[in-house]
Amino acid sequence: MTNQKMADNTPLLEVSNLRVAFPTRTGMAEAVRGVSFTLAREKLGIVGESGSGKSMTGRSILRLVPPPGRVTADRLAFNGEDLLAASSRRMRDIRGRRIAMVMQDPKYSLNPVMTVGRQIAEAYRVHSKAGAAEAKRRALEMLAAVRIRDPERVYDRYPHEVSGGMGQRIMIAMMLIPDPDLLIADEPTSALDVTVQMQVLAILDDLCSQRGMGMIFVSHDLNLVASFCDRILIMYAGRVVESCRASDLHAAQHPYTRGLLASLPKIDERPGDLPVLSRDPAWLES
Amino acid sequence: MIDIQDLRVSFGDGADTVTAVDGVTLSVREGESFGLVGESGSGKSTVLRAVSGLNDDWTGRIAVAGAEQGPKRQKGFYKLCQMVFQDPYGSLHPRHTVDRILAEPIAIHGLGDADARIDRVLRDVGLGPAFRFRYPHQLSGGQRQRVAIARALVLEPRVLLLDEPTSALDVSVQAEILNLLRRLRAEHGLTMVLVTHNLAVVANLCDRLAVMNRGRLVEEMSVEELRRGAAREPYTLQLLRASLGYDRATAESFRDYA
Repeated sequence: MTNQKMADNTPLLEVSNLRVAFPTRTGMAEAVRGVSFTLAREKLGIVGESGSGKSMTGRSILRLVPPPGRVTADRLAFNGEDLLAASSRRMRDIRGRRIAMVMQDPKYSLNPVMTVGRQIAEAYRVHSKAGAAEAKRRALEMLAAVRIRDPERVYDRYPHEVSGGMGQRIMIAMMLIPDPDLLIADEPTSALDVTVQMQVLAILDDLCSQRGMGMIFVSHDLNLVASFCDRILIMYAGRVVESCRASDLHAAQHPYTRGLLASLPKIDERPGDLPVLSRDPAWLES
Repeated sequence: MIDIQDLRVSFGDGADTVTAVDGVTLSVREGESFGLVGESGSGKSTVLRAVSGLNDDWTGRIAVAGAEQGPKRQKGFYKLCQMVFQDPYGSLHPRHTVDRILAEPIAIHGLGDADARIDRVLRDVGLGPAFRFRYPHQLSGGQRQRVAIARALVLEPRVLLLDEPTSALDVSVQAEILNLLRRLRAEHGLTMVLVTHNLAVVANLCDRLAVMNRGRLVEEMSVEELRRGAAREPYTLQLLRASLGYDRATAESFRDYA
């Protein structure tokens, strides 16, 4: 068996019994309590309400949980490599180059005093030995790939001179220019208008399928995740309460998932009281 | 109840002028729940802020409950018309208790009987007297939004202006707030204007809606028409398709409407 073959059998990401805890005055507060999943080259959605631990799950993969938070896991491996045992230096190599992350709001993720083009080119040069001219060429290509109409003009703009939708496309361009194997997108389109949101998702969708990239899509929007991802994990209070194929979400079994789905207002429904979710303490342990 | 004619609002001077609202005419009947829908920058919030008096630099005509409004509002106006904002984390004073937050409008309007009013309004929004002496940081997002609604209702207004009242909340909490608003509207005969980008929220709470794009009113329709997808304007149809979830082919078909 060749090495290439073996690599194909290893999942892109293995997470087993992941825990994230923060010390508080009253003891350790666990934000993530034993999450396990494996990821192939697919689009995995992680859905949950605020405080469910979905963002912390995404961040802990990149070891970006802020101190004094503590991350433990029986296994946290990327392409077979143990991420928890990796040195800080090795993590810097992996971040961006192999695993990239797109956050919610481009306003806070872009450097305000540097043109967007230079930021994208810098992202490329950090991870390759390319010269300035080559990096600029690649950055312009990437801006075109995220469907920015006039890349030359946008290249020289500052973040405050572009719209929210364009800012998020610029973030995506910057994250994808080192050609990562895995993209973690934490609410990448929540700050955007619905139509722009769809366009940004189409870009992510295409880039995923063209590059064979894996993606973790963290979101609170059930319907969006169901229509965009291949598979969904539903998180509640730091645990995965249910996992299903995205197309089967409507047939979800767990009362929390069903409650969430029912509490969403629908355009084609008569106005009337929405079913309110009553939280069962048993869900915390299920 | 609310009558707006040829409302125009612009920001900036000279070459930098941005026309946020460009000749909007609409009217909301008494007891009606009216949705104002659009994407960011469509001018929907600016219309609401002009009606509420938060924006005083506009031209056109605004009448509320038959009274013509000028740029500055009289105190009595706020007894009639109150507003609830999007972010319950930003709209409550962090160092004031719920009691003080609710007592302030009563004192300003010299209504007296503050104790009974606060008690009543807290029960009305489903919080109960136990929440009266808490600070905002001791409340969840949904509870804060209930306090913000209570603050608006404590003056017993006839018109409630709501600017994205559930966008900052989780869906399960959103359902609670929508149910609360529906009940309050029925019990108090409130006229509501709801600004939102979420068509499903409008379908749930409103009778009629207007769609805005780039400062102009694109289309007015009943919620019944919205439910059937019977929009006439291509922009509205695009907005409707976008609300249905992700679809590769649909995303491709989107275009900008000027």
